[in-house]
Amino acid sequence: MSRIVDRRLNGKNKSAVNRQKFIRRFRKQIKKAVTDAASQRSITDFDKGESVSIPNRDISEPFFHHGKGGKREQIYPGNKEFQTGDKIPRPQENTGKGQGKEASNEGEGVDDFIFELTREEFLQFFFEDLELPNLIKTKLTTITETKKVRAGHTSDGIPTNINVIRSLTGAMGRRMALRAPYRNRLKEAVDELNELLKQYEKTDQVIIDLQDEILRLENKIKNIPYIDTFDLRYNNFTDRPTPTTQAVMFCIMDVSGSMGQAEKDMAKRFFMLLYMFLTRNYEKIQVVFISHHTVANEVDEETFFYSRETGGTVVSSALKLVTEIIQDRFPTNDWNIYIAQASDGDNWQNDSTTCKHLLNEKIMPYVQYYAYIEITEDRHQNLWQEYLTLKNQWDNFDMQRIEHLNDIYPVFRKLFQKREHGN
Amino acid sequence: MATKPISNTSEWTFDLIDQYHNEIERIAGNFNLDTYPVQLEIITAEQMLDAYASIGMPIGYTHWSFGKEFVRNQKRYQRGQMGLAYEIVINSDPCIAYLMEENSITMQALVIAHAAYGHNSFFKNNYLFTTWTSADSIIDYLLFAKNYVSQCESRYGTEQVELILDSCHALKNFGVDRYKRPAKLSLQEEQSRQKEREEYLQSQVNDLWRTIPTKDLDSNSDKPACFPSEPQENILYFIEKNAPLLEPWQRELVRIVRKIAQYFYPQRQTQVMNEGWATFWHYTILNQLYDEGLASDGFMVEFLQSHTNVVYQPEFDSPYFSGINPYALGFSMMSDLRRICEHPTDEDRKWFPEFAGSNWQATLDTAMRNFKDESFIGQYLSPKIIRDFKLFSILDDDKQKEIEVSAIHNDAGYQHIRETLSDQYNLGSLEPNIQVHNVDIRGDRSLTLRHTQYHRIPLDESANEVMKHAAHLWGFNVRLETVSPDGSIVHTFVCEQ
Repeated sequence: MSRIVDRRLNGKNKSAVNRQKFIRRFRKQIKKAVTDAASQRSITDFDKGESVSIPNRDISEPFFHHGKGGKREQIYPGNKEFQTGDKIPRPQENTGKGQGKEASNEGEGVDDFIFELTREEFLQFFFEDLELPNLIKTKLTTITETKKVRAGHTSDGIPTNINVIRSLTGAMGRRMALRAPYRNRLKEAVDELNELLKQYEKTDQVIIDLQDEILRLENKIKNIPYIDTFDLRYNNFTDRPTPTTQAVMFCIMDVSGSMGQAEKDMAKRFFMLLYMFLTRNYEKIQVVFISHHTVANEVDEETFFYSRETGGTVVSSALKLVTEIIQDRFPTNDWNIYIAQASDGDNWQNDSTTCKHLLNEKIMPYVQYYAYIEITEDRHQNLWQEYLTLKNQWDNFDMQRIEHLNDIYPVFRKLFQKREHGN
Repeated sequence: MATKPISNTSEWTFDLIDQYHNEIERIAGNFNLDTYPVQLEIITAEQMLDAYASIGMPIGYTHWSFGKEFVRNQKRYQRGQMGLAYEIVINSDPCIAYLMEENSITMQALVIAHAAYGHNSFFKNNYLFTTWTSADSIIDYLLFAKNYVSQCESRYGTEQVELILDSCHALKNFGVDRYKRPAKLSLQEEQSRQKEREEYLQSQVNDLWRTIPTKDLDSNSDKPACFPSEPQENILYFIEKNAPLLEPWQRELVRIVRKIAQYFYPQRQTQVMNEGWATFWHYTILNQLYDEGLASDGFMVEFLQSHTNVVYQPEFDSPYFSGINPYALGFSMMSDLRRICEHPTDEDRKWFPEFAGSNWQATLDTAMRNFKDESFIGQYLSPKIIRDFKLFSILDDDKQKEIEVSAIHNDAGYQHIRETLSDQYNLGSLEPNIQVHNVDIRGDRSLTLRHTQYHRIPLDESANEVMKHAAHLWGFNVRLETVSPDGSIVHTFVCEQ
């Protein structure tokens, strides 16, 4: 009696839970590996999975077993020239060949434990503990989106929403209910007819009447419609309001001539990181890209990351554009506004003070958070000095400096790390 | 009826598997193999990886260590460093054998013969398995364990459960009953049951930890009572029953790990025999299939190639050497037993007077039923095998500067090699001998484990980590004493809780 069971269609990801547990357990190590890996990635392949390695000793499971030393005797196969009593110098550790003890023991050595994280997992680790600060605005809850949710059934609606099972069940019930009285009478009539046929001729009026009635009843039953319009039931949906957060992020990048290719690269990386962070964590967020040299332009994503404009520097042009866009499109009481600005800090003389005033008066009061990164290896430029005073004035202003590629990620984390709420 | 080969291609179909299975079942029956009913399950490579990670069982509780195993295997498999073993078989009733989708029909037939009849009959009849495992209830138990663990996780938190399981896993090799066998007499059974009940009541009262002073019943009670009165080898069992601070659910988790470790204990002791037996039978059965004209030449070539790989034994100086291949040794010994029965030489008559020239099926059957690796090798390793494998013995004593060849495959060495190899499969000497020695019930409640050294071999450093786990379960300090055979304590390690 043989039984062959095809299990191929059964779930194959039985180990997924255990894998998750493994990842959770070694989150610290994995996180470190992710961070290390991130600093070495180029921007284009940032969005991929990663193979992560963890030192083996960190994840080994200890158990009581024999260590080295003492006296032991071991059998080996394949003797060639040995004779009983031969003395052999003790082989060096690790050359191991042939003397490897029964695969067991500590054997596995110092190799790292390497495994693959998927893209999702990688990014999750990468952006863990980060958030947009102050994402609460008084007006926030007034902005409502609605979401369709199921709400039982109705007797009218559009054809696409017809619930077939409900409708047919209803129809069946109706048919049975309507038929029942005729059925009963029909049965009686048939019985009666059979009785009467024993006494009367087929031509007698009684018989003919009864036969007529039977015919009529049968017709009535036949005429009960299989399905009727009032049998139809429709799936019902109602709109449920869901509060959403509306947020817009301005990315301002300096593309002037003083920014060398390396600086621009770093700025782009920073924004790429920011962009990925935003799109990943916030479903409804608008991003406005502004690049500027002496004049500022609102550009699309593609241009922002890949164009190669150049020119002098007037930072205030970008800030002016920001204020205009805010006034036009993002009423400040309805929107959470974030601004990230990257520059080498080199600015047209006197313009820095203009920037400061613009920020102080037209921007800072209305935005949730303003982050400025200065990308330069030199000493701080005039813009930095001006901005320092802003930092002291405004809680929601922060600035950081990036000198090398390696700084991007730590700086990014510093700017967007989770903070205590309620201050 | 003119017989013709069942198949000529390498593709498998359900129909072909069924046909091969019927023939193999018939042949196995003719050889008097006594088996559980067979259930063959077709699975994919991914599912095989899943099965691997959960120690071959179809269901199991979840734990990160299985995830680690899965991730490790997956990586190696994807890189092509590891072929998947083509068989996993579960000691259950019915016996479940997995057939991998990717395999050719030849391999499927090989696995059916090897796993579904070889291993199956071993599971059903070997004394260790019949004594310690119950094939009909294991799946149910695993299901219970899985559900229980996940319940605990939702009730007490995943991390709490993980802490306990980690600690239990560290001690799982010391969660098995080794030397005592279940009571044979029903009276004894009854008594032990009753004792368990007593223990249960005892634990309810928690007499051991009662703090109210009682009047001493014994006059000589000045001497601190020793608890446990006898050393206990099953550390997890002792913890489950006596750890003062564990919650009931934690005790149940300890029990689950212990039970599952016990279930696998026979497998760890019968690697050579089990694989040898299964390999011997797939070889014998498929050859019979060929002799009857049911298998084609191509089938046999493919089968023999695979078989040869399985029983390949690299020599000690080969880069591929990683210890003695249990398939090779087991298969050779089983085949050799048959040879000794069918064509005994004078040497065989001298070494094995009891069965040289006897009925080979009966002899193999006896060997399969009543031995484990250690005793099987001690009993049946013949001089011919020692010569064939060119076995030699190396004595490595850290007090000597050089290692010594203590025996080779000659008349003077046979007995020594046999004994040494037998000891090499003795879990009792492979694993450190650690037992529960004492609990300071009147003092700090510390638990003392005693490691009795074997040939002066020390414990590996990781023992410190294990001690932390032991202390976590016990809830108070745990002390580990290493004792030399003469009874003196050579090393003490205390893990403070």
